[in-house]
Amino acid sequence: MTRLAVPKTYKLYIGGTFPRSESGRVYAVTTPGGDFLANAAQASRKDARDAVVAARSAFGGWSRATPYNRGQVLYRIAELLEGRRTQFAHEIMQSEGVPAPAAGRQVDEAIDRWVWYAGWADKYLQVAGNANPVSGPYFNLSVPEPTGVVAIIAPQSGGSLLGLVSAVAPALVSGNTVVVVADETRPLSAITLGEVLATSDVPGGVVNILTGSPAEMAPWLASHADVNAIDLLGAGDVDWVHLEIDAAETLTRVLQPESGADAAAPSLARILAFTETKTVWHTKGLL
Amino acid sequence: MSFLDYAPAPESQALLHLRPEYGLFIDGEFVAGRGEPFPTINPATEKQLALIAHANAADVDTAVTAARRAYERRWSTLSGSDRGKYLFRIARLVQERARELAVAETLDNGKPITESRDVDIPLVAAWFFYYAGWADKLDHAGLGVDPAARGVAAQVIPWNFPLLMLAWKIAPALASGNTVVLKPAETTSLTALLFAEILQQAELPAGVVNIVTGGRETGQALVGHADVDLVAFTGSTGAGRAIARAVAGTDKKIILELGGKAANIVFDDAPIDQAIEGIVNGIFFNQGHVCCAGSRLLVQESIHDEVVDRLKRRLSTLRLGDPLDKNTDIGAINSADQLKRITELSAIGEEEGAERWSPDCELPENGFWFRPTIFTNVSTSHRIARDEVFGPVLSVLTFRTPEEAIAKANNTPYGLSAGIWSDKGSRVLAVADRLRAGVIWANTFNRFDPASPFGGYKESGYGREGGRHGLAAYLRPAGSAAVAAARHAVTVESGHPVKSPAARKKAAK
Repeated sequence: MTRLAVPKTYKLYIGGTFPRSESGRVYAVTTPGGDFLANAAQASRKDARDAVVAARSAFGGWSRATPYNRGQVLYRIAELLEGRRTQFAHEIMQSEGVPAPAAGRQVDEAIDRWVWYAGWADKYLQVAGNANPVSGPYFNLSVPEPTGVVAIIAPQSGGSLLGLVSAVAPALVSGNTVVVVADETRPLSAITLGEVLATSDVPGGVVNILTGSPAEMAPWLASHADVNAIDLLGAGDVDWVHLEIDAAETLTRVLQPESGADAAAPSLARILAFTETKTVWHTKGLL
Repeated sequence: MSFLDYAPAPESQALLHLRPEYGLFIDGEFVAGRGEPFPTINPATEKQLALIAHANAADVDTAVTAARRAYERRWSTLSGSDRGKYLFRIARLVQERARELAVAETLDNGKPITESRDVDIPLVAAWFFYYAGWADKLDHAGLGVDPAARGVAAQVIPWNFPLLMLAWKIAPALASGNTVVLKPAETTSLTALLFAEILQQAELPAGVVNIVTGGRETGQALVGHADVDLVAFTGSTGAGRAIARAVAGTDKKIILELGGKAANIVFDDAPIDQAIEGIVNGIFFNQGHVCCAGSRLLVQESIHDEVVDRLKRRLSTLRLGDPLDKNTDIGAINSADQLKRITELSAIGEEEGAERWSPDCELPENGFWFRPTIFTNVSTSHRIARDEVFGPVLSVLTFRTPEEAIAKANNTPYGLSAGIWSDKGSRVLAVADRLRAGVIWANTFNRFDPASPFGGYKESGYGREGGRHGLAAYLRPAGSAAVAAARHAVTVESGHPVKSPAARKKAAK
């Protein structure tokens, strides 16, 4: 006699906790063939705002952690992802309908990409910053700093875990906090990633994961005055031009949608897209 | 006249030969505009200096077409070292004609001649000299080996540092291999047109730089033109917002240098003599027409009275008047419109309960003038503590702890600049880390240098101008799909880089 399985309830991940949507709404997640997999929470605009509040509160601590510390915390996530390799592969097989080897390769690639980004945390400042030889008795240094709260529309096609990691990891490297809207039809690996983050050393609120409709939530995130940047990576199928127009109201930084095999390819540019260069002048010899 | 007064010491205008009327500078030639010409006046006397051509949308289109042609046929085929040589030539010509340019700038803008002579024009030359050297070293700009120019840059600049803002825009654009259509501010076109003459003397290929004069709609036509690859704008946050909206959904790269409401933080251990000079320079330099002006003085409560007393004494020695006089500290407000805005916001400051003080100085009869003004008893909710006045108006607020200073300094949608005054190095660095602003001056203020990146956080805009960072927006990173597509087009087609729709579509923003 086979054992009766205990299915998981898939919820949102906001401020380090796993709430249901305040709206009470869920939507059915299925295999590509239409078989029921789970009821995912359908986040509302209120959930999106709550996530922004959580991200803002977490920004001070995360952005002021030392780069070495942030690098270790991010690397630790890769370690935990590795431990959940089988679970991620299984969810990817089910929700994307791909065979086991392909699912395994996607998980491996996502973990390796996370490791690659983790290693940048204490290096990108050296590569992107420099001393400035000004004409006068001044010490003058330019260094990048995190932009703040970054909203991300995760890729809605391609590998669901790899796409999510490719968008979230680079934003975290410099110390931004993130509100990400997951792949709408294949959100399982996003929620499982939330469980990984919850048991890692990443402070609550640094990453907030919403499942549901990008078309519904994105306008609230794009126009939110406390969102400093929005990555429209996976927003190609929604009315993203209007999102960019909404973002202009508070000069929110915008990355436009990408598609194709090289979308969100690992790059230093993706880290720097969510940084601001600060230049500090200090007088020399004022005595 | 008492023995303490200065005799007038006006700078000679003999070097400057203004034409009665100026055309648009398109494809290497001055041409008439199709709009109604408008006068440019001296804000210190309200007298007309010259008639300026007005570019309509058709003129803007002609200019963009010229810039595109020059980009494809000439500028993009030159080596980096040849582009650099043109920029070196321009830098030298600016130095040679520096006095003439300074006089023109002061006449057209109203700023004291000492500022245009000792700050604006030397920095213009320095900017071209600095970026000239980058033109053949772009492989080292941090964007990979062989990054590509974007194409045609549309640039719109403000009236507060007319020729300097032109240099900030044009020098990195040309060094990176782009061609330019630039629109000066409506009230300060003169030095841009003198600069066009310099370009002719430098024999810069026709169409590489085009200058279209006019009003707001001229700028809108330029920014909205379908065939520009990049928009660089310095001006108000409101206008910047409109530009960001206008280019949304396109692959035009944008650089926005917008407004500010900088906090200048003075701790009780500050070098007080230097701090007083720095506060005065921070807000009264260029009549306060500075986006990074230190318009909010945050002074530690224990030294508030002393700082305010000393500021008042110092302000009483400032000389307001003829901008051409070499003894003048405070010149004219640039326009009647700006004077109205400053006057209105200052009246609101009084209505909201702040205490207003100005030195007792005589204002000239004609022209636009505003006495240097200090508001004390200002709270963070007052409009004079939140809105950018863009004039010689300082709001004084107090704080008790560094934490409070940081919170108040960051309590603004802007994030362009900030100042810190303290003799304690560890405190300076800790506070600098926590301020959300793009430029921090510690124990100094309002320093500018072509090697030093400048630009804001939050609603002060995005992108950096100056330094290595100032090249980034003008280049497509090496290896990007757009660069590959552009290169492919070159090899299979005419031998000139051709902008393919695919290349533009894939361009990394």
